[in-house]
Amino acid sequence: MTPATEHALPALEVEGLAFAYPDGSEALTGIDLRVAAGERVAVLGPNGAGKTTLALHLNGIHRAARGRITVAGATLEDRTLPELRRRVGLVFQDPDDQLFMPTVREDVAFGPANLGLRGDDLHHRVAYALAAVGCEALAERAPHHLSGGERRRVAIATVLAMEPDLLVLDEPTSNLDPASRRELVTVLRSLAVTQLVVTHDLPLVLELCPRTVVIDGGRVVADGDTSALLADTELLAAHRLELPFGMDPATVRGLPPPR
Amino acid sequence: MGAGHAHALYVHEHSPVHRLPPEVKIAAAFTFVACVAVTPREAVWAFAIHAVALAGVVRLARVPVRFLLTRMVVVVPFLGVAVLLPFVAVGDRIEVVGIPLAVEGLWGAWNVVAKAGLGAATSLTLAATTEVPLLLRGLERLRVPSVLTQIAAFMVRYLEVVVGEVQRQRIAMTARGYDPRWLWQVRPIATSAGALFIRSYERGERVHAAMLARGYAGAMPPPLDEPRTTTRQRLLAATLPLVGLVTTTAAMLWSRGT
Repeated sequence: MTPATEHALPALEVEGLAFAYPDGSEALTGIDLRVAAGERVAVLGPNGAGKTTLALHLNGIHRAARGRITVAGATLEDRTLPELRRRVGLVFQDPDDQLFMPTVREDVAFGPANLGLRGDDLHHRVAYALAAVGCEALAERAPHHLSGGERRRVAIATVLAMEPDLLVLDEPTSNLDPASRRELVTVLRSLAVTQLVVTHDLPLVLELCPRTVVIDGGRVVADGDTSALLADTELLAAHRLELPFGMDPATVRGLPPPR
Repeated sequence: MGAGHAHALYVHEHSPVHRLPPEVKIAAAFTFVACVAVTPREAVWAFAIHAVALAGVVRLARVPVRFLLTRMVVVVPFLGVAVLLPFVAVGDRIEVVGIPLAVEGLWGAWNVVAKAGLGAATSLTLAATTEVPLLLRGLERLRVPSVLTQIAAFMVRYLEVVVGEVQRQRIAMTARGYDPRWLWQVRPIATSAGALFIRSYERGERVHAAMLARGYAGAMPPPLDEPRTTTRQRLLAATLPLVGLVTTTAAMLWSRGT
């Protein structure tokens, strides 16, 4: 999906990113993060650590007070904002926030149509995105008549249709039943695009992301190999992270090796 | 929330009326209702022709008559006013089973009943044969400002979400023993309405953020397909307003003559 020429460039580079909400509360105090093209990186951290705030910065919904964001070589500024919004696909936590058109097909077409696609190009793009998440059959349905798992996958299709260089997912597995969660993980594993997964779901992290970044107090406090990081009980405890009962990252077997 | 069909006014069918392009249907319904509205009330026969013409459309659309009649209950409040007219109007009176009624009032009541009834039946037939998204698209093609159609579209989309939140709030209150009977117990309802307002406002902000994230810059993209309207469809759709126009014109000439 990423053109060969861009492989040399990191998919995402964040330097010294700081942000305070209008009420004065500091959400980000200096984030540094570099993600290579094709990587899948988990972003962990307690509630209020600044994970969602970071996600909203990545395509310019929030504008940083300090620092710099570069996506596949393009730095985020007013001039590059429309292009950055194409390059970074943001999947929101609540699919009801993301799916606002009368039918699934129109919703998936919303992004690429804003990019100027029309006619057959647009139809192909919609078909491709729905096929990528296995939701071709839902095209004519109304988003509010879908199940939770279907909504989540359609929400991902709405940003895939923009052919992003970086997919940012905010809590992709929240409120899903186990089967829907399984289907979602299968879809995410099948996508070649670079992914940043903001979550509390540690089994998901272990299955999906070889690399993990922990954010707390608005900055990166740990960054490294997922299995090693999840085995570091002191680090987890210090940042209000806990493995589910019975889960030991060292003994998890049977996964196909991450790409 | 995933269950059921949201549009209680729609009848799922595959009739020629259902297949008509929405903007054509809207224009036809609007013209017909306008004709009914200006028909002189004394021309009772004209209303009969209007009604027969509309009944023809309803039959062609395969909309069950019961379905229409039950939904026409919405005009009852207006009929309440109409019922009062013969009693309160001044002028000549006639005796109906011993009760003196104003002639002018009777005509007024007939006027309201006939026009409200036909108008409601026409709108309901339009709603029964056109799904809400198509109605909105039809309005857009009729050059209704897109800000208005966008607002309506979002209202339709998020109505169920907001109703779902109201239901959850009510269940949560009931679960904690709230069982309002008297006016002084109204406070929790007021505060929950306030909470609902804030939540809806915040959702609005999140939806807007999601739109911006996908390149929204103030205008909705054009609709995906523009189906072509055939001449045959135009002719079919023109039948009802034509009958209406001819009848109304005849009724006006007739009432001037008498």
